[in-house]
Amino acid sequence: VTVADALMLALGVIAVGSGTLVVTSTHLVRAGLYLVISLGAIAGLYLVLGAELVAWVQVLVYVGAVVVLLLFAVMLTRAPIGPSTDLDRAPGPAVLIGAGVGFGLAALLADAFHWTRYDLPPTGTAERVGEQVFGAWVLPFEVLSILLLAALIGAIVLSRPDLGARLDPEAVEIPAGTPSPDPVAESAAVVARLERISARQDAAQARIRQAAADERAAAADGAGTADEEAAGRTTATLDPEVILKSKAADVVFGAQARRIRLGGDEPPEPGQGRDDVIEGTATETAPPARRSIEGTRAERPAIEGPPKSPAIEGQADDDQPALGDAGKKDDA
Amino acid sequence: MHVVIPYVIAALLFGLGVYGVLRRRNAILVLMAVELMLNAINLIFVAADSTIRSTLAGVQPEAWSHPAPEPRAGAIFALFVIVLAAAEVGVGLAIILQFYRVRNAIAIDDIALHEADDREPSDRVTT
Repeated sequence: VTVADALMLALGVIAVGSGTLVVTSTHLVRAGLYLVISLGAIAGLYLVLGAELVAWVQVLVYVGAVVVLLLFAVMLTRAPIGPSTDLDRAPGPAVLIGAGVGFGLAALLADAFHWTRYDLPPTGTAERVGEQVFGAWVLPFEVLSILLLAALIGAIVLSRPDLGARLDPEAVEIPAGTPSPDPVAESAAVVARLERISARQDAAQARIRQAAADERAAAADGAGTADEEAAGRTTATLDPEVILKSKAADVVFGAQARRIRLGGDEPPEPGQGRDDVIEGTATETAPPARRSIEGTRAERPAIEGPPKSPAIEGQADDDQPALGDAGKKDDA
Repeated sequence: MHVVIPYVIAALLFGLGVYGVLRRRNAILVLMAVELMLNAINLIFVAADSTIRSTLAGVQPEAWSHPAPEPRAGAIFALFVIVLAAAEVGVGLAIILQFYRVRNAIAIDDIALHEADDREPSDRVTT
């Protein structure tokens, strides 16, 4: 047993072992990744056998392109992440025929070649293969390129249903109002997760808002404003820097609060004629959209600002965050 | 080098591919099994190219097929098979995705080989 034999045995064990996992795995994605291992081991076998160019083309085309294409198809068909139970048929005849073909061919080839030693040829370089391809095999090469072009055009035509479509008079007509499956509505877990994230963001906003209100109240106390009887006018005596900061905070968090919600609580307006919640809440300037935003905002615990600065609470509901009683009265 | 090793590996891989094609219901996994079979064929090509030539020493190659002194026909066939496999995967995946788009299924048991079989018996119109 030479070094080449040992290498081929090891690579063959890897190739056959991962090939077995390809045809028995219950995970679709794992089957694709085991196929990568198997094809890589076969590329190693090509290297040992002296076909260097074929080995690298194998790595480039098979491992690089074909497997990626297969994994894309796995994703596009919405394959489950976990194990699937409905991937296989009954194993009986498949095992029989597969084992028969595999071991039959193996026995045939082993009987034909026995344990004969052969000399390994010198490694074939790309130059020699290129001479052959463009010398003796140039006609099959060109035919093959035309075939590849035809296959690509065929794939494009197949995946575009509007090309070459003919009306089938006997076809079952799908009603026009049939809704397409919504990926969010398919999974309750996704909706629950989005709601959890939204609740966490609301809590963080409320905390920060409370802290800012407390700070502002402390600043107002420190300034010792005289006109406490005019409860709404305290902001006029505040430091302009504080006002700017609070405006900026309201812009930031107001934008955060007005973000698009998936699966909003309020049903959309019947006048819109759409059952898409995302579109309903995304348009801020429309009156129904603003109402729905206020509806979601009202759920969170209301921030009870200190009595000296009541203008702070509820300002994020406005389109233009304004500090001061004038803006608040306008909106009220 | 003992050439029986790559031959037996290729035979086992081909058997695995046959098993996968017969066993799997998912069309993408069927394509993966077909890839295994094509790779087994490639391995046979390359192994034959590397070894049989050493036993053909002294045999005059045909003039039209081997203008160059070092024929690598097996490797070239392997390259052609790789290109064919790429084309096959492209068209096959286009068919699978289109079928998934129309029927929302990917199991090849669900494919109706005759379009008339797909409908209810009451819907069939006998003309």
